Amino acid sequence: MAITKKQSAQLAKQVFEYAPAPEAIDHVKIQPRYGLFIGGKMVEPHSKKHFPTINPATEKKLAEVAEADALDVDRAVKSAAKAFDSWSRLAPSQRSRYIFRISRLIQERARELAVIETMDGGKPIKESRDVDIPLAAAHFFYYAGWADKLEWAFPNRKPKPLGVAGQIIPWNFPLLMLAWKIAPALAAGNTVVLKPAETTPLSAMLFADICMQAELPPGVVNIVTGAGKTGSLVVSHPGVKKVAFTGSTEVGKMIQKQLAGTGKKLTLELGGKAANIVFEDAPLDQAVEGIVNGIYFNQGHVCCAGSRLLVQESIAEPLMEKLKRRLSTLRLGDPLDKNTDIGAINSRAQLEKIQGLVESGLQEGAELYQPECQLPEKGFWFPPTLFTNVSQSYRIAREEIFGPVLSVLTFRTPAEAVEKANNTPYGLSAGVWTDKGSRILWMAEHLRAGVVWANTFNRFDPTSPFGGYKESGFGREGGIHGLAPYLDLN
Amino acid sequence: MPVVATALSLTHLGSLMRGVRSVDEVGADERAASLAKRSIKKSSKLWALDLAVRCMDLTTLEGSDTTGKVTALCAKGIRPKPGDPTIPSVAAICVYPARVADAATHLTGSNVKVASVATAFPSGQSFTSIKVTETEHAVRAGAHEIDMVIDRGAFLSGDYQRVYDEIIAVKEACGNAHLKVILETGELGTYDAVRRASILAMAAGADFIKTSTGKVQPAATLPVSLVMMEAIRDFVRETGRPVGFKAAGGIRTSKQAIAYLVLLYETLGSDWMTPDLFRLGASTLLNDVLMQIEKERTGVYQSPDYFTID
Repeated sequence: MAITKKQSAQLAKQVFEYAPAPEAIDHVKIQPRYGLFIGGKMVEPHSKKHFPTINPATEKKLAEVAEADALDVDRAVKSAAKAFDSWSRLAPSQRSRYIFRISRLIQERARELAVIETMDGGKPIKESRDVDIPLAAAHFFYYAGWADKLEWAFPNRKPKPLGVAGQIIPWNFPLLMLAWKIAPALAAGNTVVLKPAETTPLSAMLFADICMQAELPPGVVNIVTGAGKTGSLVVSHPGVKKVAFTGSTEVGKMIQKQLAGTGKKLTLELGGKAANIVFEDAPLDQAVEGIVNGIYFNQGHVCCAGSRLLVQESIAEPLMEKLKRRLSTLRLGDPLDKNTDIGAINSRAQLEKIQGLVESGLQEGAELYQPECQLPEKGFWFPPTLFTNVSQSYRIAREEIFGPVLSVLTFRTPAEAVEKANNTPYGLSAGVWTDKGSRILWMAEHLRAGVVWANTFNRFDPTSPFGGYKESGFGREGGIHGLAPYLDLN
Repeated sequence: MPVVATALSLTHLGSLMRGVRSVDEVGADERAASLAKRSIKKSSKLWALDLAVRCMDLTTLEGSDTTGKVTALCAKGIRPKPGDPTIPSVAAICVYPARVADAATHLTGSNVKVASVATAFPSGQSFTSIKVTETEHAVRAGAHEIDMVIDRGAFLSGDYQRVYDEIIAVKEACGNAHLKVILETGELGTYDAVRRASILAMAAGADFIKTSTGKVQPAATLPVSLVMMEAIRDFVRETGRPVGFKAAGGIRTSKQAIAYLVLLYETLGSDWMTPDLFRLGASTLLNDVLMQIEKERTGVYQSPDYFTID
């Protein structure tokens, strides 16, 4: 039977809706309740308090985790301080071996970690599988190599570890941020007390298990769970010599105030409102991919997300048409489905924040575009969103939304692009799309952003330093630069 | 003739061609790789495999091809799995010009088309008059579709006018037969050149653009196909004329075939998922697809001996 062209196209629409392809979860064991990881083992919290962590895609409770109080944090810091004596004196090549071992165990348990990350945080499994977990392993692998080469990294500066590092990480890349924090700290000879975000503590609990499996000396890594209050206790504990924080600019400022005059070293990696700048000679189809990857990757829960699209006016029309078409192919839904491009928003609070800012964009007069997209009934979801007719003064062009919302502005000349891109309190990242090499270099020179990507976006590598200008924070993570904040250098 | 074709036949064709928008190689490779990770299962897999058969140009292009070989291939193309009427016929049987008459005879009465390579396939290094004559002969012998090669020598030396004029001449020689223009992307060197050649071929009137002859490595790849599909998308946007896409060379497994269908679906959309606008050129793919269909239906793999080798 001959199938006519029209029928075939209809069939394509009907049937080539990809059948569900869920990642298996039966190999993952989540305990009903977790304690704190102190002194090399899981212990009951002194507070006796626990709080639930849910799957944002289903709103179902996954487990209960401990809420550490002052005494718990004190125990963790003391255990880290005790471990510091021997860990900092351990032969550097031995430290290196432990960190390599952690890296290998992350690789071995990658599937388990990816599933946990997706269930606890809502990100698509393809991202936790292909980005988060491999990069986390790569960070440990990279810094393991530095542990016995610190003298070489900082010649004639007699690098010495600092002591106990207090580290607070966000919920957008739980295990990866843990790796960014713990790997350089351990390589430099410090011990750590880490507090994961309250909505995504589970991969850190699994990491505690990995530390035990690696037979890491007790107390070298301690993990205390809890909310902002616990974080504040970690930061202010007198036994902590170095604080590293990744999160919102608001909290970053509070921490900086709290630490003023204490002599504690501090690095902050805070918010962003990155410009992704597309020139008229750019490879448009790849620029579209870069824009999509820049703002819809991880539902836009990325501090360096390309949330402002600056497009040269002469190509605005074809670019917007391509972008809108591309948005209609994004697949939103079950984060555990291997074909899902956009997963769940991390929490109800974050969803409400996104909704509020989108509402403000509409009220200020921006034009909204969302592709046709069915949102699941349960869970926290927000469709990929595009705002055109946006002015520099609108809140959606100035404030960090931390969601899948892109604001589009236009420019006429490279100088205007730079001016608009820099006109923000933030300065974490930027993207430049052009075929002209000299323009890439000129733009990179003039953009005040810690990272400038050329003809790509959201590309990470452990060897490359990452960090911000202005209200996006200070200090660098990654690369040789990422060791310095964890060392006392002459 | 479409408006664009007239515009491009100006003496400025060269500079117009160099003005074709560029392609970022890293970005194109990444996009193709990410689409290849789509997981196609169950009903969508079965449907995709069925479509792969319907869009297949079952091909034999050997010096050793005989009437017997072509006859066997025609029988296979009409009824890929004897005794199972649910398996559709392939789209076309693709042969050398000298074998067109054989194929035409054995495909009479079926809806399977006769496709013939032509124009001094695979190198294209011959005289335009001979290429035109070869095309006319193939059409007269019964070819419904002509797969021509572009003159890569002329293209790479910047003589776009020559390539363009030759496609127009061959298209004219085709008469009612459909023209697929083979770019031989493996010899073009860059994605920029692939995109430029795609636009050139479409502007000259190609009904399909096709990746490769299958005689040069690398043949069809996913990123090259992506670049060509994106060129088609832009061409349709500007002219309104839909142009088909054919991937050929090195496609041997169902998994590869499905990857091409996913690429097509997410780049050109469901309107292109028909043999009128999409083809897979392959000589050994068919049995793997049949085997996978059987596996998907019954849950178990059959011995290769249950599938005919033709």
